[in-house]
Amino acid sequence: MGEVIKVGMADLNICIPPNKITTLGLGSCVGIAIRDPQSGIGGLAHIMLPDSQAIRNNSNIPKFADTGIEDLVKKIVARGGNRSRLVSKIAGGAQMFGMQTNTDLVRIGERNVEASKKKLKEMRIPILAEDCGLNYGRTVIFDPATGDFVIRAVGKSEKTI
Amino acid sequence: MSNLSLEKMSNEYYDVLKELGNIGAGNATTALAQMIGSKVDMTVPQVKLLEFYELGGLMGGEEQIMAGISLSVEGDITGSIMFLLKQEAAKHLINQLMPGMGDPESLDFSEMELSALRELGNIIAGAYLNSLASLTNLLIYPSVPDLAIDMAGAILSIPAIQFGTIGDHILLIQTQFIDDECIEGYFILLPDLDSYGKILGSLGIVT
Repeated sequence: MGEVIKVGMADLNICIPPNKITTLGLGSCVGIAIRDPQSGIGGLAHIMLPDSQAIRNNSNIPKFADTGIEDLVKKIVARGGNRSRLVSKIAGGAQMFGMQTNTDLVRIGERNVEASKKKLKEMRIPILAEDCGLNYGRTVIFDPATGDFVIRAVGKSEKTI
Repeated sequence: MSNLSLEKMSNEYYDVLKELGNIGAGNATTALAQMIGSKVDMTVPQVKLLEFYELGGLMGGEEQIMAGISLSVEGDITGSIMFLLKQEAAKHLINQLMPGMGDPESLDFSEMELSALRELGNIIAGAYLNSLASLTNLLIYPSVPDLAIDMAGAILSIPAIQFGTIGDHILLIQTQFIDDECIEGYFILLPDLDSYGKILGSLGIVT
């Protein structure tokens, strides 16, 4: 049995089998799991905001969908993952509260998902599965050996995508 | 006040914010005690500047199920206020408020209980904001309350994202309150960065 590596908010890490990698309580943030199915080298990013270009203070790479995904891919490849084989799964991007008057926060979950998809498409990394949106938080556990992306939510049965 | 930066706030500012939290939460606690008809104590508020990853551990882990009531604030200052309770504490409060209404054995919430919780948050947050408004002479209008019962990490991601747009830290004014059964609850006042300047300015701390 391997360990389970924990990724915090605005954080990312790579993961080598038999280890798994998790992030707890994704709200409007998005969890992006990427792996090379052949070698099993993978990783997980927990991004908070869609676009590093829209914000002045943007030095925190894992905080944004665009820079976070780029950095995660770079780290996976540096560890021996094959760039052209990479595939992804994404989860999160919920709308936790109904009304948000702050313009920065309107549909932030949805925008995080859109930005993540856009970046993955741009980098030609296929999205094999997703569990995004709606109004509840998610804990995700990614197994880079099998590609299983386990999703837990309050009051719902666990599912694997 | 755009040159105000979270990372560069002095201890003096922290003390002022702590005092604001103290007065606001004091009023809110009184409102709560009157509503449930029993004594409620509160702790001295803490002002914390946290990294995002530290946020989850603040209230018993990212997966701790909590009831979060969020109100956005408009007027002279903008931002939001959040009132968080552990699931059991929320259940306990509802039972105090409306004995026999909910099912104390079940941790699920009925529509009626959710509505009561929302109203509770409304009154408590209103009391907090009222005292803040009269102290600073600023106009503060709270919105209709919004409720989520979910993992702490997911609920706190909202204020974290709000702070994430301006920096890599989150500033919280946090108060715990305790009744006989030890309800643990937290107020988190989240003014936008500009509003911190206005609050401090209105008190003559920053000019």
